[in-house]
Amino acid sequence: MTDITASDAARVRRVDVTSSAAKARIRARYRREARFKLYGLAALSLAAVFVVVLIGDVLSRGLPAFWQYSLVLDVHVDPAAVSSGGKVDEASIRSADFYPLTKAALESMFPGELSRKAQKQLVRLVSTDAAMPLRDELVANPSLVGTTVKTPLILSATSDLYYKGAGTQIESREMRGIATPSGTSGEITVLSSANDFADALVHLKQRIAEQARSLRSEADRLELFAGDTVTARVKALRDEAEKLQQRVDQPKVEEELDNKMPSLLIAIDGGLMKITKLSDVSATGIVLLPLRSTDEAKPGTWQLVTYETPESNRKVTDQDVAFLERFKQLGHVEQSFNWTFLTAGDSREPELAGIRGALVGTALTLVVTLVLCLPIGVMAAIYLEEFAPKGRLTDIIEVNINNLAAVPSIVFGLLGLAVFLNFFGMPRSAPLVGGITLGLLVLPTIIIASRAALKAVPPSIKEAALGVGASHQQAIFHHVLPLAMPGIMTGTIIGMAHALGETAPLLMIGMIAFIVDIPHGFTDAATVLPVQIYLWSDLPEVAFKSKTAAAIIVLLMFLFVMNGAAIWLRKRFERRW
Amino acid sequence: MHTLVDKHADAVVHANLAAGLSTPKVSAKDVNVYYGEKRALMDVSVDIPDRGVMSFIGPSGCGKSTFLRCINRMNDTIPICRVTGKITIDNQDIYDPKLDVVQLRARVGMVFQKPNPFPKSIYENVAYGPRIHGLSHSKADLDEIVQSSLEKAGLWKEVKDRLNESGTGMSGGQQQRLCIARAIAVNPEVILMDEPCSALDPIATARIEELIDELRKNFCIIIVTHSMQQAARVSQRTAFFHLGTLVEEGPTTEIFTNPKDKRTQDYITGRFG
Amino acid sequence: MSGYYFVTMAVLVLIAFLVSRAQAGRLIKGGVGQLHSLPNYHGLFAASAVFVPMLLIYVVGVPLLEKFAQAQALSFFGAETASDALHRGATLRDIHNLVAGQYSGTPSDSLVEAARSMKSTLWWGNALIFGGGVLAALVAIGLSLGRVSVAFRARNHFERLVVLVLMLCAAVAVLTTIGIVFSVLYETIRFFFDPSLKGRPTVTEFLFGTEWNPQAAMRADQGDIKTAYGFIPLLTGTLLITLIAILVAGPLGLFSAVYLSEYATARFRAWAKPILEILAGIPTVVLGFFAALTVAPLIRGWGAYFGLDVASESALAAGLVMGMMIIPFISSLSDDVINAVPQSLRDGAYAMGATKSETIKQVVLPAALPGIVSAFMLAISRAIGETMIVVMAAGLAANLTFNPLEAVTTITVQIKTILVGDQEFDSAKTLAAFALGFVLFFVTLVFNIIALTIVRRYREEYD
Repeated sequence: MTDITASDAARVRRVDVTSSAAKARIRARYRREARFKLYGLAALSLAAVFVVVLIGDVLSRGLPAFWQYSLVLDVHVDPAAVSSGGKVDEASIRSADFYPLTKAALESMFPGELSRKAQKQLVRLVSTDAAMPLRDELVANPSLVGTTVKTPLILSATSDLYYKGAGTQIESREMRGIATPSGTSGEITVLSSANDFADALVHLKQRIAEQARSLRSEADRLELFAGDTVTARVKALRDEAEKLQQRVDQPKVEEELDNKMPSLLIAIDGGLMKITKLSDVSATGIVLLPLRSTDEAKPGTWQLVTYETPESNRKVTDQDVAFLERFKQLGHVEQSFNWTFLTAGDSREPELAGIRGALVGTALTLVVTLVLCLPIGVMAAIYLEEFAPKGRLTDIIEVNINNLAAVPSIVFGLLGLAVFLNFFGMPRSAPLVGGITLGLLVLPTIIIASRAALKAVPPSIKEAALGVGASHQQAIFHHVLPLAMPGIMTGTIIGMAHALGETAPLLMIGMIAFIVDIPHGFTDAATVLPVQIYLWSDLPEVAFKSKTAAAIIVLLMFLFVMNGAAIWLRKRFERRW
Repeated sequence: MHTLVDKHADAVVHANLAAGLSTPKVSAKDVNVYYGEKRALMDVSVDIPDRGVMSFIGPSGCGKSTFLRCINRMNDTIPICRVTGKITIDNQDIYDPKLDVVQLRARVGMVFQKPNPFPKSIYENVAYGPRIHGLSHSKADLDEIVQSSLEKAGLWKEVKDRLNESGTGMSGGQQQRLCIARAIAVNPEVILMDEPCSALDPIATARIEELIDELRKNFCIIIVTHSMQQAARVSQRTAFFHLGTLVEEGPTTEIFTNPKDKRTQDYITGRFG
Repeated sequence: MSGYYFVTMAVLVLIAFLVSRAQAGRLIKGGVGQLHSLPNYHGLFAASAVFVPMLLIYVVGVPLLEKFAQAQALSFFGAETASDALHRGATLRDIHNLVAGQYSGTPSDSLVEAARSMKSTLWWGNALIFGGGVLAALVAIGLSLGRVSVAFRARNHFERLVVLVLMLCAAVAVLTTIGIVFSVLYETIRFFFDPSLKGRPTVTEFLFGTEWNPQAAMRADQGDIKTAYGFIPLLTGTLLITLIAILVAGPLGLFSAVYLSEYATARFRAWAKPILEILAGIPTVVLGFFAALTVAPLIRGWGAYFGLDVASESALAAGLVMGMMIIPFISSLSDDVINAVPQSLRDGAYAMGATKSETIKQVVLPAALPGIVSAFMLAISRAIGETMIVVMAAGLAANLTFNPLEAVTTITVQIKTILVGDQEFDSAKTLAAFALGFVLFFVTLVFNIIALTIVRRYREEYD
């Protein structure tokens, strides 16, 4: 033992707590402490923010898709259109072409002369299968044939989105002069007795100046960054701004309106004209909605209408907006819950597409998965936990199961493709194969959960059973397994939730086909909800983005319900030994 | 210088032994500890002298460890634990809200029941305290502190060639001496030892006991022990705890030869415990 | 046939059970003495004695019959039909349709002949299987009835069978692994070494080639695009996205775990944990949607604001969202290992006067390091194997770049791209997907095994 020598003792120095240096040091240490704690909190908050943003994003995109606008019109059902061979029955109604009926009903809304182009655009406002509700109504009640039925027409996805706010802001200003239109359709000119158009021109030029200014400031900002692409863009911006500025610098010169500017229109004599050329005395343009007459319009009875979003920045043309706004004014537009989304199969038209096929496919697939992996998983767990001889072989099985749980899911897809489809020749795209593949995927999860549940049952229960003369198996199946069942069920639900959200392996075995029909059996071609989401998210139509998000909402709801059930089960049957 | 310091230390010890307790280093007054609703310690009052070994004995669950952990406020780490009463070190209340617990623990070192070296090198284990408390100003300085601490703990000769090896690779006795070296590296005023030998074999125990005997010249040591023989061997004063109360406290020889309380008598003669 | 067979089987199993049980029951009533096994077990024994052979006969017999019937039917056609896989498949389909009466058009003579032969072979074969099954069942019933006696250990025999079934179930997991290994390995070997395969690369070309282009030029105007199977750009793309993901998830997951296990109150934990669990439960297809439609345009927008040219399928967007996906993964595994660090180590540091953060940084985290490392490895393996996020948010073009603002492709994206849609199974392109699958499986397996071994050792150390 080392003795404490004099020099040791002399060096004894106690921790200094009183000097200012010591105080500063301790303050610094506590600052570090606070900072460290803050990092942890910040990390958690960031994860929470991400979850909230993600779910908020999905909800805000998807919720509108659960509602649908439709156009309620009086449609005259011409018996000739829905009969075949002079007979009207269910088959003839189902196979009838409703296009002429719909077209007639739509055109009756706009008395007066519509251009051919406008007529075409009018029909495109509704879905290709717009009369689906009418058809169903007629099938249910054939006596309506020959009468005029008030029925909802399904709007096209674009029109639907317009009513949901994806159109443009509309401003309307009363004019002061007396206006005289030169015609009721085609290209016309409107003259005003006051200097209304001069004001409008000044206003327009101001807007152009504003635009030039914002282009210049964007160019200035971009110049702060280096790079070839940046230089090119800056130059393009400056040129564009210069061109606009030239137009502003000539205040009296008339303006041609293009589709990069907000659209200006004149509402007069019950019609609507889109201005193409504006001078300080007159406006020339094309009639979108026919005028009743060429009567002079008194001050205050005609308006200058502005569609704020430039035509090139929106999906709907000025003509569409004019039609749709007129429908709304006349009260023909109704909003209702979008049952089609839940009851229809897939479709190329967003407004007709639904998730029923995917839901049925998911249910079939999950049934196969459950039937496969629950019994096998539980029995494997019982074997490993109770009957397996402790040794190398069991160790290997155990390591193997743990590893299998971490194998990428797409690899299971490769297994399904190579073994089930190519080797065993099972049908492609079928819920049977999908279910088996997913079953193998979640099997390790269920085995691990079941083993944990079996292990949690205290050995005394088993010993008690053995003590009264039960065999090992009787002790397990009569006593231990029932007590472990809640834990096993919890694990199974979590495993099934996992299977429900899985996509990649199903792509491999072809459950990605475009399938309109609802599958009826385990070997029919089908798709599942996550794959449907993937398919829709890839489509270019804006309306499908919203449908995708809506399908995600449905998927997440199922997942929340399943996980909620698992939590409930755990809480309800939680037992402390 | 040599003789002077030694003499001084001895003088203090002798004075304490002679005069009983003139200036206690640690003093507790009416200390109660509650774990939630349960009262684990009842009105404990005791004075502990500097430069000497005080041992706490008593049966399991009697509150001796709980009381020990009050002295460096380790009980703060248990959320449901609540301490009332007053404990002072050098007349300073350690439960004063203004007092910083981190600095308190630099003054009151602790050695635990199971050796718990950090999973780092031997050097880093010992250097840890001086480093976080800013005790050294240079690498050479730190080397010196590490060496002298290991020397004081009687471990230097065994480990000087493998200072960079992991502290967890040593034998149990060495690990415990490393923990002691770690504790004395910051030169605390008080060292608390919570059954430091209970996980060790007899030979390792003997070495630790020798070490404690050596250290008492410079530190105030409080040791909780299960073994009455150990208390008799290493301590100058002994306190007997039973069911959360301090039954009796006094010079070790007196407690073991002539206990005043019947419960103490029963315990040391082995009638329970 | 199958339906009848299984109904008959069910009936016979039930009969065996009831008869044997009744027989055993009579023994009790007859006062012969104490039965060794309950009557139920005698019943179960007899039932399994019927069930097992009948099932075996079916499982073995039906595929054999199928093969035999096909060979017979094909013998009506020339040798070239039998040797050409495509032709053979089409002919067989025709014969099957004809047998089922769903053939459209007028069949050729040899087709009619073949169909007739197949029909009769199938009929006789099925009759044989059915008869054999029923016979086996009757024999089994007879034998097991003969064995019902006081001393017969029906329960032990039955239980031995049960253990066998349990063992088979456990073997499914092993079989799955073997299935995976063989299916990817077999195709991979063909990819590299099958001499009949056109355009296959050598192993070196695959492993070190810097150009990936499984799609050869289809038309002349597409220029001189050559098929190339260089794996390097896929590897760098995968690693780039994984790196971004780990840079996001590593600190966030670890700090979350530290905060939850060391600082948070029980009430805070009750709120914060479900958030991470929700994040863990969100299907990757949803995250992919979010990455492609929200995050990627956002990053592109920011890039444009700073004058940067960001690809619309940038690695950054995919990596960020993938990072978010593996946060809960890292945090829950790290949480486990941090909690497993013994309190005595923390006490040691506190007793030295360390603050909480000093204790965590210098004692708890170093002690938990092996576990944390393995959590990161599992997370990396997860990120490498993740498919949907990258399929939806990363690109298809195999660019060899480390710029996170450019589009890169990954192993999983290429597997998916090659295998989805119409595919000929014997082309080099399709087999390339399996080679990629093999690489993916192998890499993740190595990561997983190392990580799981570390975790196991770590648990043993502190238990």
